[in-house]
Amino acid sequence: MNEMAWRGFKDGEWTHTIDVRDFIQKNYTPYEGGSEFLAGATERTKGLNDKYQQLKKEELEKGGVLEIDTEHVSSLLNYGPGYLDKDNELIVGLQTERPLCRSVNPFGGIRMVVSACRAYGQELSPTVRDEFRYRTTHNDGVFRVYTETMRKLRHAGVLTGLPDAYGRGRIIGDYRRVALYGTDELMDCKKADLKALGEREMTDENIRLMEEVARQVDFLDKLCQMGAIYGCDISKPAENAQQAIQWTYFAYLAAIKEQNGAAMSLGRVSTFLDIYIERDIAEGKLTEEQAQELIDQFVLKLRMTRQLRTPEYNELFAGDPNWVTESVGGMGEDGRTLVTRSSFRILNTLYTLLPAPEPNLTVLWSNRLPEGFKRFCAKVSIDTDSIQYESDDLMRPRYGDDYAIACCVSAMRVGKQMQFFGARCNMAKILLMALNGGRDEKSGDQLGPEMPVVGQGALDYDEVKARLDKYMAWIAGEYVKTMNVIHYMHDKYAYEKIQMALHDTDVHRFMAFGMAGLSVVTDSLSAIRYAKVKPVFDDRGMVCDFETEGEFPCYGNDDDRADSMAKDLCHQFITELRKHKTYRGAEHTLSILTITSNVVYGKKTGNTPDGRRAGTPFAPGANPMHGREKNGALASLNSVSKLNYDDCRDGISNTFTITPATLGGDEETRIENLTALLDGYFNIDETHAAHHLNVNVLNRETLEDAMEHPELYPNLTIRVSGYAVNFVRLSRAQQLEVIARTFHEAM
Amino acid sequence: MGRVHSIETGSAVDGPGLRTVVFLQGCPLRCKFCHNPDTWDFSGGQERSAEEIAQTALRLKRFYGLKGGVTFSGGEPLAQAAFVRQCMALLHQNGVCSAVDTGGGVWNDEARAALDECDLVLLDIKHSDPDGFEALTGRKMDTLCSAIKHLKESGKPVWVRQVVVPGLTDSDEQLKRVKERIKGLNVQKIELLPYHTLGVHKWRALGIPYELEGVKAPDESTMARLRALL
Repeated sequence: MNEMAWRGFKDGEWTHTIDVRDFIQKNYTPYEGGSEFLAGATERTKGLNDKYQQLKKEELEKGGVLEIDTEHVSSLLNYGPGYLDKDNELIVGLQTERPLCRSVNPFGGIRMVVSACRAYGQELSPTVRDEFRYRTTHNDGVFRVYTETMRKLRHAGVLTGLPDAYGRGRIIGDYRRVALYGTDELMDCKKADLKALGEREMTDENIRLMEEVARQVDFLDKLCQMGAIYGCDISKPAENAQQAIQWTYFAYLAAIKEQNGAAMSLGRVSTFLDIYIERDIAEGKLTEEQAQELIDQFVLKLRMTRQLRTPEYNELFAGDPNWVTESVGGMGEDGRTLVTRSSFRILNTLYTLLPAPEPNLTVLWSNRLPEGFKRFCAKVSIDTDSIQYESDDLMRPRYGDDYAIACCVSAMRVGKQMQFFGARCNMAKILLMALNGGRDEKSGDQLGPEMPVVGQGALDYDEVKARLDKYMAWIAGEYVKTMNVIHYMHDKYAYEKIQMALHDTDVHRFMAFGMAGLSVVTDSLSAIRYAKVKPVFDDRGMVCDFETEGEFPCYGNDDDRADSMAKDLCHQFITELRKHKTYRGAEHTLSILTITSNVVYGKKTGNTPDGRRAGTPFAPGANPMHGREKNGALASLNSVSKLNYDDCRDGISNTFTITPATLGGDEETRIENLTALLDGYFNIDETHAAHHLNVNVLNRETLEDAMEHPELYPNLTIRVSGYAVNFVRLSRAQQLEVIARTFHEAM
Repeated sequence: MGRVHSIETGSAVDGPGLRTVVFLQGCPLRCKFCHNPDTWDFSGGQERSAEEIAQTALRLKRFYGLKGGVTFSGGEPLAQAAFVRQCMALLHQNGVCSAVDTGGGVWNDEARAALDECDLVLLDIKHSDPDGFEALTGRKMDTLCSAIKHLKESGKPVWVRQVVVPGLTDSDEQLKRVKERIKGLNVQKIELLPYHTLGVHKWRALGIPYELEGVKAPDESTMARLRALL
């Protein structure tokens, strides 16, 4: 039946059931060579990219939003076709009818949309407002049920960034399925699932699932019609590379039309698409230049993803991000590398289309990756500063070899696992609350269980630890309960029809909790244990500050005394979370990730026992606190890699910043050294198993930004032979000198 | 035991590969352009045992790969040659290579033994001529000459380095004489390091007058001209 579309492919399980992994394994061609085969951008691509760059410039000049379509509610069929430059587009499809025009998506919450429109000088159309007057949004549902405690915890910034007013995101549809099978086949399978579910006992869960699957079928049909708007018949499988990319993109486009999720990640498509590209090349239908052009045009579309958000949201997550994360590379379970020529091609878009943060290219690193690919990754990192790395050797045994990353560090098997995103708990505030007998250190409000404020005189470590244990156990319960409410309501009022249609019906769910302030709490406990920390009280009788005498080890110096405390905190928190029942039996996971929200968390937190002043930013993610690493970069990397991934299965984020000259005097040396650094960091032994590294190879602009926003650049060390200096500690004049020097030297 | 100023992990500019740099405390030279004057005083720093140093460095072994390792810098590492040698021996026992970054400010049997133990010497030639050397460092060049003589005999791999200071070491003639002086060494690489002023604030903090006040970093054309001579 699919003779044309599947010509030349090797049969397997995938021909009988929906199984993209099996298709990949049977048909892909590993590539062990270097980057020398790559082609540059075509004139056509350059022309398109110029148009996009121009629009992006106008968008910036207009304060960050070019245009809002306030008349329609975003969905798959509510807009006609839209183009950037119709005659030159090989891959088509926009979220609305005009490029960079943002849609409104009130299913998460109407208030957020109204205020976002106003923030950019527009009014939501009365029709849309009226429609939603008679409709419950996710946000309405959540607030109907939120308890007083939940509201207070949210307001105080103890639980923050919760997806209760916007789309939860972090769900990756297996967009490849549309290319491989076409929507007809996918609908048939879902209908069969629905029929089978009808044979089961009609429990709450079964009825809910049946309704969801029915809605999935409906949206697969809508997806097919959306393709037709652009003149494409995606009911049938893709027949060539252009179609495979187009079908995959349509599926992703449907998802971002339907959902304004915080992170709308793409998955792991490049090696899948490579099979089609290699077939076309073998048939003489495609040249390398044309193959690159298809990938370029696909990536350009991904870069044009826009969602309407409020300025407050942007304060939390700077830079208007969508986390269109694409996972690249990795190894297969059979020992063959999953790197293909298209792994190179997609990284090459950082040259053909200029560097950009989206799509969020994530390299799944293994020490066994082909050397040529490692070197190319290192080169791209150094040149463009736009790749993040995650340990394939750590994730593959846990998620198999067809997992992908959602957002920044959340791994899941594509099409088989999903997560309920849960932002994070500010653990530094919990520590202060523990000292203050359950009162919030800022407002003085009683948020947690009541007990006396800690006594006068030096803090006793055992007493503080016992208090923290008590409040951590309490907040874990409140956190799980809050998440259950949020995700119950999200499923009810803002269910991801198309993304879940591209999952197996019997899906595994994670509930992803998070912890912010790991390094602050660790160093605080270390100070209390190894130095003498005396609390200072305010006129409310609450602890407002600390006086510290003596030295104490800090997390980030490869000192087990502090590092083991950080590791134990993670273990303790996930253990407490696991004690509470989750919505739909989801598996508890924990992330140590803040992205840029560490700044806002810091603002909402008072003085802490580690010496951090009130309002000062936390270190991002699992990073050691800035300025406290005395032993340099490798010691810091060692500390972070001691955290246990099995306690933090939703990811451990580490940001590493370096200037090109610090990596070595010439390009060859820099590539070698960055490769050695990644190999070393991701090498798993008895005590170390690192998960993630965001490699920031600074250019002049970032260094200048570091002068303005030192809090965003922890541990930025500038090195010359025999000398190292922490950039953010230099005077302005010195910083200017370093900038001049650093880029004077770069050859 | 040895006196150590600090340990910096993760250097890619103090020898090949990724390295841990151990900055030894104490130096007999008083180079006018020194960017680490805080390492001069022999009574400063902290007492550390060789075992402690080796242990710290070995914890990072997974980063060193085939090329990287540990570099002993300073201060003048040969001023504590026995200690440095002991550290290197421990590292060798555990399969980690080491380099010594020296200005040749000390020469004796222990220094000779330390250079024999290491895998690579980063040899800093402050100036090509005895007079220039003495003017720049406040010490005679004899110890450096002895070190060079020994390294010629032993054939130990050497990276020759020179800091290019405008008005002091930026002439073609000076560099040509450096090249003369290093003939016969097993030179693997010559690095010209542009003078910089990032260490000046340390002089101020220590209350030592900085003689090179006003001297700017060499411009790119000077560096290119000198590099062309190599």
